[in-house]
Amino acid sequence: MKWLLVSLCVTSTVVGDVFRSLGMRHHGEIHDFRPGAIGGALSAIARNWMVILSTCAMAVSFFSFMKLVSIAPMSFAVPVSAVTFIPETLLARFLLKEAVDTQRWLGIGLILVGVVFISQ
Amino acid sequence: MPVTEAPRHAPSRAVIRKTRLFAVISVLSNVAGNSALTHGLQQLGAIGNTPLDLIAALFHPWVALGVTMLIVWTFAHMALLSWADLSYVMPVTAIGYVVTAFAGRFSLGETVSPMRWAGIVLITLGVTLVGRTPPASAPKGRPVE
Repeated sequence: MKWLLVSLCVTSTVVGDVFRSLGMRHHGEIHDFRPGAIGGALSAIARNWMVILSTCAMAVSFFSFMKLVSIAPMSFAVPVSAVTFIPETLLARFLLKEAVDTQRWLGIGLILVGVVFISQ
Repeated sequence: MPVTEAPRHAPSRAVIRKTRLFAVISVLSNVAGNSALTHGLQQLGAIGNTPLDLIAALFHPWVALGVTMLIVWTFAHMALLSWADLSYVMPVTAIGYVVTAFAGRFSLGETVSPMRWAGIVLITLGVTLVGRTPPASAPKGRPVE
């Protein structure tokens, strides 16, 4: 049960983040923060299928993490959820075509080791 | 909907300023949301497996507060991703792990072990390294082929 929840949580988080990034990139930069403009942006985002898919994946991620922390200690759930950094960075590099340079990889590596340490 | 192309290299001061602002909102709402949620779930004890059991848990006040904060996080995170890279946003918002550790230290009086201090230093270093890269490298405003 624990590992099923972990795989469900990791997979849905990765799908959610990647599609949220794709959907928001497709929408374009939000730079007008007046209430009317935010309303317009929200209605456009709500019709974006990538954002809808991402929100569904995030809901799965949310409920599986909620269930995971109810049956497993935080010292297990937190570092395990940080595993998403690896597939997400690879997808950012190869699918989203982001410039993931050595500095970013090094930073992400330090954070991963740090998350394992901080959870002990 | 105004669609602009993000700068590929030297980001403007305005972009850096709004990236920092939204990263802070995103981190604080995420940490507050998760803490409230965890507190609520601990009060509730074990919850069932059916979707109805999970939905019923949402009506607990602390769980409801947590969910509200996580909705704020969702919007801030979406706005951030509309101009910044995923490989920038994801590691930079990892400073939340440090904020959580300090929140535990000061609000719950938990002791921070040397191992945890080492973790805090490593995460902070990692976030600083990524935070020094330009937030946006991929072209925005058009789909990825």
